[in-house]
Amino acid sequence: MTSNFANFTWTDANAAEAQRIIARYPKGREHSAIMPLLWLAQYQMREQTGVAWLPLPVIEYVAAQIGMPKIRALEVATFYTMYNLKPIGRFHVQVCGTTPCWLRGSDEVFRACADRGLKKGETTADGLFTLSEVECLGACANAPMVQVNDDNYEDLTYETMLTILDELIAGRTPKPGSQIGRTASCPEGGPTTLKEMA
Amino acid sequence: MLADADRIFTNLYGFKPWGITHAISRGDWVDTRTLMAIGQDAIIAAIKESGLRGRGGAGFPTGMKWSFMPKEPKPDRPNFLVVNADESEPGSCKDREIIRHEPHKLIEGALLAGFAMRARAAYIYIRGEYVREAQILFAAVEEAYHKGFLGKNACGTGYEFDVFVHRGAGAYICGEETAMLESLEGKKGQPRLKPPFPAGAGLYGCPTTVNNVESIAVVPTILRRGANWFSAIGRPNNVGTKLFQISGHVNRPCVVEEAMGIPFRTLIEDHCGGVRGGWDNLLAVIPGGSSVPLVPAEQIMDAPMDFDGLKELKSGLGTAAVIVMDKSTDIVKAIARLSYFYKHESCGQCTPCREGTGWMWRVMERLVTGDAAPHEIDLLLEVTTQVEGHTICALGDAAAWPIQGLIRHFRPEIERRIARRRGFVQVPEALPQAAE
Repeated sequence: MTSNFANFTWTDANAAEAQRIIARYPKGREHSAIMPLLWLAQYQMREQTGVAWLPLPVIEYVAAQIGMPKIRALEVATFYTMYNLKPIGRFHVQVCGTTPCWLRGSDEVFRACADRGLKKGETTADGLFTLSEVECLGACANAPMVQVNDDNYEDLTYETMLTILDELIAGRTPKPGSQIGRTASCPEGGPTTLKEMA
Repeated sequence: MLADADRIFTNLYGFKPWGITHAISRGDWVDTRTLMAIGQDAIIAAIKESGLRGRGGAGFPTGMKWSFMPKEPKPDRPNFLVVNADESEPGSCKDREIIRHEPHKLIEGALLAGFAMRARAAYIYIRGEYVREAQILFAAVEEAYHKGFLGKNACGTGYEFDVFVHRGAGAYICGEETAMLESLEGKKGQPRLKPPFPAGAGLYGCPTTVNNVESIAVVPTILRRGANWFSAIGRPNNVGTKLFQISGHVNRPCVVEEAMGIPFRTLIEDHCGGVRGGWDNLLAVIPGGSSVPLVPAEQIMDAPMDFDGLKELKSGLGTAAVIVMDKSTDIVKAIARLSYFYKHESCGQCTPCREGTGWMWRVMERLVTGDAAPHEIDLLLEVTTQVEGHTICALGDAAAWPIQGLIRHFRPEIERRIARRRGFVQVPEALPQAAE
């Protein structure tokens, strides 16, 4: 697996983006760029292979660009949970299971996942889904919620979670945000404040 | 109810676009130059006078924090402002709304705060999971540069100031200010020992102030409307407006800006349509995010929602993330899930936290089913006090407090479960099970 990615290089667009990223930090502080560069590499992997992850040679490539010892870069990549160190499914289904979501029915969201064959911590055989239970994603007023790749789906029920998975299976993109038609974290049914803004 | 005219975040729900033209029409970036013209020390004095206390949880006076920064930074040791947008405390979801719907309040606030504390630049550290929010923030910063509000001659004042966005990647601990600085420097996010405090040696060893998103985003409005306007809202020592985030068992969960000190009952009735199943169905509330102890129904119902009001109830305002639980809640499980959270998020640097969070979680899981010996309740309580106060950062405390709150208020429920379990299941007498 490792040797497959030994020739990883930035695309032209990402090479330019990498320079812009490094320029955000003071001279001599290039190591600060390790996190955004790992992000950039993971996005490029997703674009090029369909799977967002960071094989070791890619981490080493990023480290070399900013003169960081490989082991330091690996230390960062392993510390932060959002860098995927092994391949994951095309859709990373991250269901929040922390108390605010649990109180509003995250167990039902997991049940919907189970009924479509998703198992916690595993990737489906067709490579479409990886299911993770994640810690609070900061959308508690719209609980329960799931993040699929870059988008949130909120105010979920068992049924709406099934619909979202079925849409993804069918190759369509469900509409992100509240699944009961709320505007962001505004109270259901309309705002109690600043009504003229609505 | 707080008058609409006194609300700072007029686009809280994003009914209108976040972009700079709309932001300007809402009053952002209007004559920022004039606000800066009063001078750096006058801005700090105004924020002190406004009574603004940090909105990230600790409630430290914001103006005072700024005044710790060196007044004449050396060229090789510039001052930095770091904005903490690593919102990850379970229950908290307010900074997200500011970032995606009112990003220019935050960016303008960063300029004003940064200018006041003589900072050369601000880094906004946003949690990795806020993907779309970060995209908006990057774009909004870009807009501000294009308008000349940031950069070499920010707002035409001659002051050079940059704002950079830095994305995290999934580590709660990076919300701790020194862990955030480590992370910004390209390391694992493990907290530093204090002292030195960041104002002395922070980012890259330079003087640094770390402020929460909401603390910074309210600054432009306070300066425009005057410190007295802000300090007249709320109660002494607990002033201003605040974004409350209500989740859990209310009829209509939401984020809303209200006056500090609003009674709990009013907050829930006016904005959330009441408690699910009525007020008699209320069991307990975690009023300030997962780290603060829960408060039972009868104590919180008419309590003022502010720093001092909730301190009196042995809890805290924290980030004003209000988690409401009705009588259908398995309260032991609700807290056990938080124990799991802290076990998951412990950075592993300090032994009491690394070992203690896992130990406490495993005991909590057994208390959920009652599969424990009665004396283990006191043992657990004792262990929480050994974790609390014995770690570099407050994560150890944050893991201990919810459990202490549970035992303080729901001990009979835990004992009932143990008794029931023992009544039905044969367990060897007086053989405590190891937590592992």
